[in-house]
Amino acid sequence: MAANKRKRKIVTPKTAPYFFIAPAVLFFLVFTLWPVIQSLLLSFQTSTGGQSEFAGFDNYIRLFNDGLFYTALFNTFTILIIQVPIMLSIAVVLAVLMNSALLKMRGFFRVAFFMPAITALVAYAIVFMIMLDENFGLVNYALSLVGIDPVAWLNDPFWAKVSLIIAITWRWTGYNMVIFLAGLQNISNDLYEAASIDGAGKIRQFFSITLPQLKPIFLFTAVLSTIGTLQLFDEPFILTDGGPNNSTLTISLYLYLNGFRYFDFNYASAIAYVLVIIIALFSYVQMKVVGDDDD
Amino acid sequence: MTDKKKTSVIIRKILLYITLGIGVILSIFPFYWMFIGATNPSGAIFSVPPNLLPGDFLVENFTNLNENVGIIRVLMNSLIIALTFTFFAVLIAAAAGFAFAKYQFKGRNAIFFTLLLAIMIPYHVTLIPLFQMMADLGWLNTYRAVLLPNLAYPFAIFLMRQNMRSIPNSLLEAARVDGAGEFKIFFQIVLPTMRPALAAVAIFLFMFQWNNFLWPLVVLGDSDMYTLPVALSSLVGMSRVDYGQIMMGTTLSVLPIMIFFLLLQRQFISGILGGSVKE
Repeated sequence: MAANKRKRKIVTPKTAPYFFIAPAVLFFLVFTLWPVIQSLLLSFQTSTGGQSEFAGFDNYIRLFNDGLFYTALFNTFTILIIQVPIMLSIAVVLAVLMNSALLKMRGFFRVAFFMPAITALVAYAIVFMIMLDENFGLVNYALSLVGIDPVAWLNDPFWAKVSLIIAITWRWTGYNMVIFLAGLQNISNDLYEAASIDGAGKIRQFFSITLPQLKPIFLFTAVLSTIGTLQLFDEPFILTDGGPNNSTLTISLYLYLNGFRYFDFNYASAIAYVLVIIIALFSYVQMKVVGDDDD
Repeated sequence: MTDKKKTSVIIRKILLYITLGIGVILSIFPFYWMFIGATNPSGAIFSVPPNLLPGDFLVENFTNLNENVGIIRVLMNSLIIALTFTFFAVLIAAAAGFAFAKYQFKGRNAIFFTLLLAIMIPYHVTLIPLFQMMADLGWLNTYRAVLLPNLAYPFAIFLMRQNMRSIPNSLLEAARVDGAGEFKIFFQIVLPTMRPALAAVAIFLFMFQWNNFLWPLVVLGDSDMYTLPVALSSLVGMSRVDYGQIMMGTTLSVLPIMIFFLLLQRQFISGILGGSVKE
């Protein structure tokens, strides 16, 4: 580049890093830091007819007295507490099976299991919506073959949650399995050999070697899945639109409804900040609980 | 090996393949069924017993979908936005990652740590102020409204920094001795040697933008500007839902990525996992 000759006096090894980080820092200031502050300010205001005024904690007080917000919290946590352990358990078991010396075509299985993780959330949610249709859906047809009555997957408050859990599990299990598989391949074979000599069976080895060795990976996947589930939006938006009877209303969906259907930006900002605090607390607690006794 | 042991190995093998086989069917079947839906008329999707064979309605579904939501335009929107975004976001992340990994400068750790904190912030917090910003600027319904806010993608910067640390300092020093300027070093030495890492980060960012839903949904009100996920969600909300068209649309959103994935499995998996898995 010819321009460099002229610029060389300005761009020295001392000043160059500032040029390199300038675009990132600029975009970060304008599109992240400023909105984060602005959002906090919004959450302490109310607006009527385009006029904003300081309102102290009014939005937060309203939030803590809002039955629908508690419903959204309850739904999100119910899905979180049931879905994440189920998914991670399946992922670990699959990873252990995939790691078996008896298995050939490991590459094929890995690709097949990872496939759901490349689909757009909106696309797979639509496919599940159609498969779970109460009257004509494929799933109820399959159930009818084994004599089970049709299930109102998306129209019953209980089954709507189950549907979401099934859908999310389908989308993310393979993703987590691949992470666990990589972790398994790092566990030294010596540990298993020593255990075999001591007479420990496969199942015993799984609980006393595999699981403890995978602990850091569990922490990583648990934190990722928790953060993801706390932000759950696309699936309930498409599959159930929060219904029936708000049984799949999540925190993110409630935030969206307040912001962009009722256009209450101030209230939505307060919801956003409560969500931030919840995510921060959860991540912190998980790291404490899982991470502590190692160090 | 005794006979007993041999049989037990065979039984274990069979159980292993059966379990994984069921898992594979569960993982893959929705895709197959989506393709079937895309090649059949709307009603066929709910026929009893279910129709599991491809039909001849593929072209018709595509034509209808194009008349209905302008799918060709929508595909172009998605492609232009995702490619532009990926190109600039990778460049920004690579430059910043290089600086954080290979230079000593005042404020380096403080700035890097601040960027890292941003990974933990759910994007919901910025949603409303960003929407107001775009509205004030008159940028609603534009490509730039969709792609600007995430251009400095903190996780991508983090990944680039981790990867850039492996560049030997001696390589950079040698180039300086030869009289190369810092920008020249970045473009002609650093970027070419970092190609695998750049590819993984690019796949990650492309997938993020291609599948991104909430933000485009908020800033794109005009159906001419819809990206694929937004157009798909609008199809679901229509009063007369045509399932053949919907399945065609989901297929169009999944198929290009799937082909890419099958061609570049390794880069894809490490890209989507954000480089958290080393092989």
